[in-house]
Amino acid sequence: MTNHRLSPQTINDPLVKIRGVTFRRGTRLIFDNVDIDIARGKITAIMGPSGCGKTTMLRIIGGQLRPDSGSVVVDGHEVPALSRRALFTLRKRMGMLFQSGALLTDLNVFDNVAFPLREHTDLPESMIRDLVLMKLEAVGLRGAKHLSPNQLSGGMQRRVALARAIALDPLMIMYDEPFTGQDPISMGVLVRLIKLMKDALGITSIVVSHDVQETASISDYIYVISAGKVVGEGTPETLRNSASEWVRQFMDALPDGPVPFHYPAPDYEEDLLSGGRA
Amino acid sequence: MTQALETLGRAGLRSFERLGRGQIFMAYVLAGIPEIALRWRLVVHQVYAVGVLSLVIIVVSGLFVGMVLGLQGYNTLVDFGAEESLGVLVALSLVRELGPVVSALLFAGRAGSALTAEIGLMKTTEQLSAMEMMAIDPLHRVVAPRFLAGIISMPLLAAMFSAVGVYGGYFIGVGLLGVDEGAFWSQMQDAVDLRDDIFNGVIKSIVFGVAVTWIAVFEGYDTVPTAEGISRATTRTVVNSSLAVLGLDFILTALMFD
Ligand SMILES: Nc1ncnc2c1ncn2[C@@H]1O[C@H](COP(=O)(O)OP(=O)(O)OP(=O)(O)O)[C@@H](O)[C@H]1O
Ligand SMILES: [Mg+2]
Repeated sequence: MTNHRLSPQTINDPLVKIRGVTFRRGTRLIFDNVDIDIARGKITAIMGPSGCGKTTMLRIIGGQLRPDSGSVVVDGHEVPALSRRALFTLRKRMGMLFQSGALLTDLNVFDNVAFPLREHTDLPESMIRDLVLMKLEAVGLRGAKHLSPNQLSGGMQRRVALARAIALDPLMIMYDEPFTGQDPISMGVLVRLIKLMKDALGITSIVVSHDVQETASISDYIYVISAGKVVGEGTPETLRNSASEWVRQFMDALPDGPVPFHYPAPDYEEDLLSGGRA
Repeated sequence: MTQALETLGRAGLRSFERLGRGQIFMAYVLAGIPEIALRWRLVVHQVYAVGVLSLVIIVVSGLFVGMVLGLQGYNTLVDFGAEESLGVLVALSLVRELGPVVSALLFAGRAGSALTAEIGLMKTTEQLSAMEMMAIDPLHRVVAPRFLAGIISMPLLAAMFSAVGVYGGYFIGVGLLGVDEGAFWSQMQDAVDLRDDIFNGVIKSIVFGVAVTWIAVFEGYDTVPTAEGISRATTRTVVNSSLAVLGLDFILTALMFD
């Protein structure tokens, strides 16, 4: 059940198929009937302004959140309907890079990367060591293997988290804001790494980001989400030339346009004059 | 008035809901125990963090409680010319009540709060989420070994507390106040029963260990993922588990020594 990575009838099917997904936080509608396809072996970007629900979408794909309605199919499995056990089996083949890195703070860099290997495989320690060193070498941090997470910069933490995410050679990696808060150099390093994961290992990637230039430079396909809907999709080329105001605003980083800068709020003047009674 | 009732009702419902969640949580944790028990290294590591690191406070407190018992007991007993029974008084108080109860209260403050803060911080920094995404169940990998370690450590700590306490009483009674050494030990040996006293004391401390650790790991796991949430959860652990220990002690004592 777990190893139809190359089975012929599925190879042209999207790895992740999201259909009509609606999701609410309390009364706020985060997603309204969203359709997204993630093609196998490609880099797909999901972009949108801060707070539009990009992280939420990754959690829905990973089965940590359940949509209110709609279907999420990952590699042929309907995620919201999976049992806990089946979900965990599926997750072994999905890597996720958290916005914060989320390294285990009581383990050093080496043990963090070794963690999924030790938990999920019976490999001898010598082989685990080789594998971990290979993954760390790939992200350029083999020399940092003895450091603990709090001795690393944010960018380094994210690279260690990437090494950990690829430890089990997953089918797919979800990157949550890989570029935020990175200097231009480590940004470049990460961009190259994500591309390398695709080219060398054929890993399907979902990159969630609001860094338009970097993301557009590596993506094969882009979805732009705003106000709970997909407002634009296509290759980076088509989006750059898109006529849609929503997409224009986002791709050209215009401060105002159809995407409001403000979280939904009562009228400003009224709020100020109400003296806290509202 | 109706508003007050409403608030009260809502608070009541919320605490019942939490109670229910706590039980479901525990069911999941217990399901992970067999698997985790096989990986004894994880448990040993936690027994160190939870138990061994609590030793100092347990030993020091046990010593002082024993010494106070020696002083107070002597002052009372000597009026009746019964100071030779000091050993009995010290040992029974410790083994039946003070050992399990006081060490559980200290354990809640020292280890319980640390467990809550640690798990709460792991939740806040998305470490638990990350584990779930790596297909590792944090209830099994993180919570179960800590829970098991708490249950293993508590009776051992209570035993240590009582043993040190007896020596504290001995030090004051025999060493300082001149109670006869032979009488101190032999009366103690005659009066303390293995089943009625020691065994019941151990049962008490196991029950307290389960209660305190359960509350601590649940509060940690159920933390609102903010700095304030962690501090509240830690406080709740200490308060709730202390109250639970005292309440359970009353019930157990009524059942055991009627
Ligand atoms: N635990 C929660 N409870 C209630 N609302 C939440 C919760 N988590 C997120 N939200 C809401 O859901 C919306 C989407 O959040 P999400 O984290 O997915 O945004 P995002 O697109 O990843 O933003 P960013 O780019 O800033 O990371 C936000 O507007 C937020 O207010
Ligand atoms: Mg986000």
